[in-house]
Amino acid sequence: MDALKKLYGPAGWMAIIVALAVMVILVPVLALAVPEGSPLHLSAYTVTLFGKYLCYGMVALAMGMAWGYGGILSLGHGLFFALGGYAFGMYLMRMIGGLGQYGSVLPDFMVFLDWKDYPWWWAGTDNLGFALLLVVAAPGLLAFAFGWFAFRSRIKGVYFSIITQALTYAAMLLFFRNETGFGGNNGFTDFKFIAGYPIAAPETRATLFALTGFLLILALLACRFIVRSKFGRVLTAIRDAESRVMFCGYNPLPYKLAVWVFSAVLCGIAGALYVPQVGIINPSEMSPANSIEIAIWAAVGGRGTLLGPILGAGIVNAAKSWFTMSFPEYWLYFLGLIFVLVTLFLPQGVMGLLSKWKRAP
Amino acid sequence: MTQRREFLKRLGVLSAATGLSTLSIPAFAASKDPIKVGVLHSLSGTMAISETALKDVALMTFAEINAAGGLLGRMIEPVVVDPASNWPLFAEKARQLITKDKVAVTFGCWTSVSRKSVLPVYEELNSLLFYPVQYEGEELSQNVFYTGAAPNQQAIPAVEYLLSAEGGGAKRVFLLGTDYVYPRTTNKILRAFLKTKGFADKDIEEVYTPFGHSDYQTIVANIKKFAAGGPTCVVSTINGDSNVPFYKELGNAGLKAKDVPVVAFSVAEQELAGMDTKPLVGHLAAWNYFQSVKSPANTKFVKMWKDYVKKQGLKDFPVTDDPMEATYVGIHMWAQAVKKAGTLEIGAVRTAMAGQTFAAPSGFTLTMDKTNHHLHKPVMIGEIRGDGQLDVVWKTKGPIRAQPWSPYIAGNEKKQSL
Amino acid sequence: MRVRALFYFFLLCQCLPAYALTQAQLAPLAGEDFDAKLTLIDQLGSRGDPSAKVLLQALTDKTVWIASNGQLLRLEGETYVDAATGAAVAANAEDLQDVVVNNRMQRHLDSALAGLTLFDADPKLRLAAAQALAERGDADLLPTIKKAQAQEQDAKIKSELTQAAALIELATGDAATRKAAVQALADADSPKVRALLADRIAKDTQGKIAEADPEVRLTIERALAAIDRRGVLAGYLARIFSGISLGSVLMLAALGLAITYGLMGVINMAHGEFLMLGAYATYVVQGVFRQHFPAQLDWYLPAALPAAFLAAFLVGVILERTVIRWLYGRPLESLLATWGLSLILIQAVRTFFGPQNVEVANPAWMSGGWEVIPNLILPYNRMVIIGFALAVLVAVWLILTRTRLGLFVRGVTQNRKMADCLGVPTSRVDTLTFGLGAGIAGLGGVALSQIGNVGPELGQAYIVDSFMVVVLGGVGQLAGTVAGGFGLGVVNKFLEPWIGAVLAKIAVLIFIIAFIQKRPQGLFAMKGRQADN
Repeated sequence: MDALKKLYGPAGWMAIIVALAVMVILVPVLALAVPEGSPLHLSAYTVTLFGKYLCYGMVALAMGMAWGYGGILSLGHGLFFALGGYAFGMYLMRMIGGLGQYGSVLPDFMVFLDWKDYPWWWAGTDNLGFALLLVVAAPGLLAFAFGWFAFRSRIKGVYFSIITQALTYAAMLLFFRNETGFGGNNGFTDFKFIAGYPIAAPETRATLFALTGFLLILALLACRFIVRSKFGRVLTAIRDAESRVMFCGYNPLPYKLAVWVFSAVLCGIAGALYVPQVGIINPSEMSPANSIEIAIWAAVGGRGTLLGPILGAGIVNAAKSWFTMSFPEYWLYFLGLIFVLVTLFLPQGVMGLLSKWKRAP
Repeated sequence: MTQRREFLKRLGVLSAATGLSTLSIPAFAASKDPIKVGVLHSLSGTMAISETALKDVALMTFAEINAAGGLLGRMIEPVVVDPASNWPLFAEKARQLITKDKVAVTFGCWTSVSRKSVLPVYEELNSLLFYPVQYEGEELSQNVFYTGAAPNQQAIPAVEYLLSAEGGGAKRVFLLGTDYVYPRTTNKILRAFLKTKGFADKDIEEVYTPFGHSDYQTIVANIKKFAAGGPTCVVSTINGDSNVPFYKELGNAGLKAKDVPVVAFSVAEQELAGMDTKPLVGHLAAWNYFQSVKSPANTKFVKMWKDYVKKQGLKDFPVTDDPMEATYVGIHMWAQAVKKAGTLEIGAVRTAMAGQTFAAPSGFTLTMDKTNHHLHKPVMIGEIRGDGQLDVVWKTKGPIRAQPWSPYIAGNEKKQSL
Repeated sequence: MRVRALFYFFLLCQCLPAYALTQAQLAPLAGEDFDAKLTLIDQLGSRGDPSAKVLLQALTDKTVWIASNGQLLRLEGETYVDAATGAAVAANAEDLQDVVVNNRMQRHLDSALAGLTLFDADPKLRLAAAQALAERGDADLLPTIKKAQAQEQDAKIKSELTQAAALIELATGDAATRKAAVQALADADSPKVRALLADRIAKDTQGKIAEADPEVRLTIERALAAIDRRGVLAGYLARIFSGISLGSVLMLAALGLAITYGLMGVINMAHGEFLMLGAYATYVVQGVFRQHFPAQLDWYLPAALPAAFLAAFLVGVILERTVIRWLYGRPLESLLATWGLSLILIQAVRTFFGPQNVEVANPAWMSGGWEVIPNLILPYNRMVIIGFALAVLVAVWLILTRTRLGLFVRGVTQNRKMADCLGVPTSRVDTLTFGLGAGIAGLGGVALSQIGNVGPELGQAYIVDSFMVVVLGGVGQLAGTVAGGFGLGVVNKFLEPWIGAVLAKIAVLIFIIAFIQKRPQGLFAMKGRQADN
């Protein structure tokens, strides 16, 4: 309890509780209990849209941990996000049962490839518990293996960024192949049930939204706990001057590896929450451009903070939703300009701007 | 205190941003209470290259209908959104069009994955989507009308032609495609079809390349080797962008159209206008419409498009092609169905769509099938000319019925209608 | 010899009825029935009179038209003439329909023309005819081929004719002729000959072998072995060539990045867009030539080089002055800003040129290929690009090592503060260096426009590959970029036939990741303090 109290001051806790209440109680009530047509009613569109933003917020938070506190800029976080999504997508695919176009227990794309049975890497995915384990384990193990080798070879900075980009690019090509057994370019879609509940039902949507909000807050607290611990301080020291920390007798490997794996797992969880709400997962999530965008969310919001990246993900994606609607031909100009202006004039991101604002009067 | 204030500000920014998103742009001076229709084509990202022209042809057709007095005494107001070649965004925008903008119908999508992404949304919210591009079949939905070709309306007749004496009497077939669902399905169907024509496995070669593949040296060398074994044709389901490098390599390696003809299913006039056509001359494309078709409806259609491009100052090429025609036909058929139904109610429009006919630019009167939501379409084989147009060298006597569930795939025999 | 050729030519003409052509005879060409068209072409081929030859040639060149009254016209120079009589006809190009020549007709046309030009005075035409006949293997033409073979003096044409005859005799002659034919064909390398020979000794579905004579069979086996030995060699050479060619493309694409990223440390995500700008500059220059210098159109490419360099250079300089210069020493932030810039550039091109691809044609001198040995055709455009890549490389190397600017660039790269103290105008050097990197990317874009699409997304396809090349080679090392580019190209091309294009690409990426673990600084590591940054 003491440890928790230290994370935030009373006001901070207040804000968190309010946010939690809004997401877990208010939104579901507005979506389910308030009748349609009422100005207070939240449509399925709004709920899924904000659910998506929350998932992106979690990814950005993970990026903020690795980049902002660990100094590790990953250009491959889209891969971990997609792996979590695919792991949970496998479960959702199996829940379709015989309702697919071909009426087989196998997913349509497997029937189509003339596969008679699930390949071994699909084993156990019909079990929700195992699928959830996979959501954490798949990105976690990959990140561990990759990070172990990379950090041991003391690959840093730009080099690390570029090889993570190579990693996600290679994975994207691999998942595009139909023989890989993940539906190729089409990926997974047309889900029907989640844990026995119809996936498109308003109740399910509201529950998923509330769950995403709850987990995001939980992740935020966990991150806050980590960065305020001794571990976090060593990590920040490594970010700022790795050589000096080494001379002080610390081995940076476990620190960097731990935050890297933690960040990847967080991405995986976000991916798993994203798939049922958005309704599709396909290899383009792994494209290098997507991963760069994740880094940009964190930068827009403000690196070296925890709320910043979440905020950045929200701002960039809300802008995207709006621009693609209102100025479909010009939205790339706006988006590009935002990135340029933020890096030039707001090196600390929106959070930096906010704190400057606060200090001024 | 600081944390909370920041948090509230964050909420404020988010809701402000989405609050604005409910604005939409009226594209035409609407009289009272216009009919909103959605246009869901990528205007940026990798697919903008193909889909932008479809958006414009859709706007042109709405303008044509509006100029003729609109629909049910109301004007049509298109709502254009940009799903930016991003598949999850397609689903989000579809939901937005249906629930926020309350569109009566949506015209859109190009890739299979975008269609698969929005399909659950249209089924959940019971709205209508018109899909204008040739595709792999193996799908039927109450909520989608397919105005492009199913495999039996494009791929199979094309290969039949290449096997005939007229088309070169091919004894070996090289199936070359980009690795995604449309080429995979088409090639699976073609392989089964070729087997029924007595082809052995050694006479069929199937090769896939990744998206955006640009180095075809090895593959062209393989085609050359393969072609040594007898009269060969290449069936290309290469995705738009990789075609130029492929044909260039083919031409430079000395493989001529008259020796090894290539028939492509994804190369139409709009793509050709952006290519150096010299290396492509003599190669073939199979579609349900070509700009070079001589018919009064086509003359009107082509002229309307050219004028529209000029008047609006569009960057699209002033040429028409099959997916554009399919968009045009789809919109007109929908308008006819709405007139017949006298309402925009989805069920009534769907019922009215069955058996709807339209004198299409292809010179044939196309019919919407009563049960399977696909058009009956004629099939044409065109040979590419130096100017980017195609000469029709073969066509079916009349429109043929679509078989979205290919009989060449096991287990499909009973699934031909909804 | 010429006299004899003419004699035979007339002999050939004598035995066929030579009436003047009439429109009625040609009528099938205007019709829909392809079989009738083929019969007509074959008839024209066997007539052998000059007017038939002219018409067949015109059909091949697609200069035959149908007037609105059904009359067939031929374009001779600038005027339309009656296709049958050759009399001038007034016609409006708007009202004419072209005669559709499909691939099957084209093959018949080639045959017919080959039969007619086999005795032509021009050795080039004779060679083409002989080659066409060797491809065709039409048994009816055997006597004609034999005749031509007997009187032919040119060794190359003679050997083609011998082959053409042998191909026919392989199936029709007696055992001795067949054996002689096989021996004649053993020197040939065309895949078609190999397939035909293999067919002769392969078991068909009933287990029967087409070639009955065991001795001939043995000869065929020996001939096949010889052909295969040569084929393996050609295969390896072809693979090495395609590897080098892919490598030169990768290197060209990466060379600009080797400067902006390698030397200056800007993670330049807009690099691909500089390639794209270069390609679009090529397109614009091509347009200018089409409009103003149509006669010199084939030479638009050399003119596009300075234009592409300048266009990319200028955009590079502007971006450096306005954005990049504030981000030196913050490489990861330069990544974000340049990514934003790349989005803006892509959309700007979309706004100005439209979202579709634009057409950039290969000049005639870059089309086709050089047949080094049979089965090994090296396309001209690939060879030009390899040469061009090397030329750009040498130029960059000279600039960096032999000019004052190069000295400054290296100085600033190694120790910015010290260079500043010594009076180097670092800010101007930065601008010029970035412009140089962008300009070189623009040159790369000219090359890319010749092998692929030119569209707004062109750069996106190369950005990941470019970074891989630079990182694999070693940041800041020109030699590394060269080794990285060619190394990746060759490895990729040797893997591709074995595991396919997709897996080859994945394997290469995994290889890079593994390699960086072993040598974190790439193939050519920078020495000294810089390496620890």
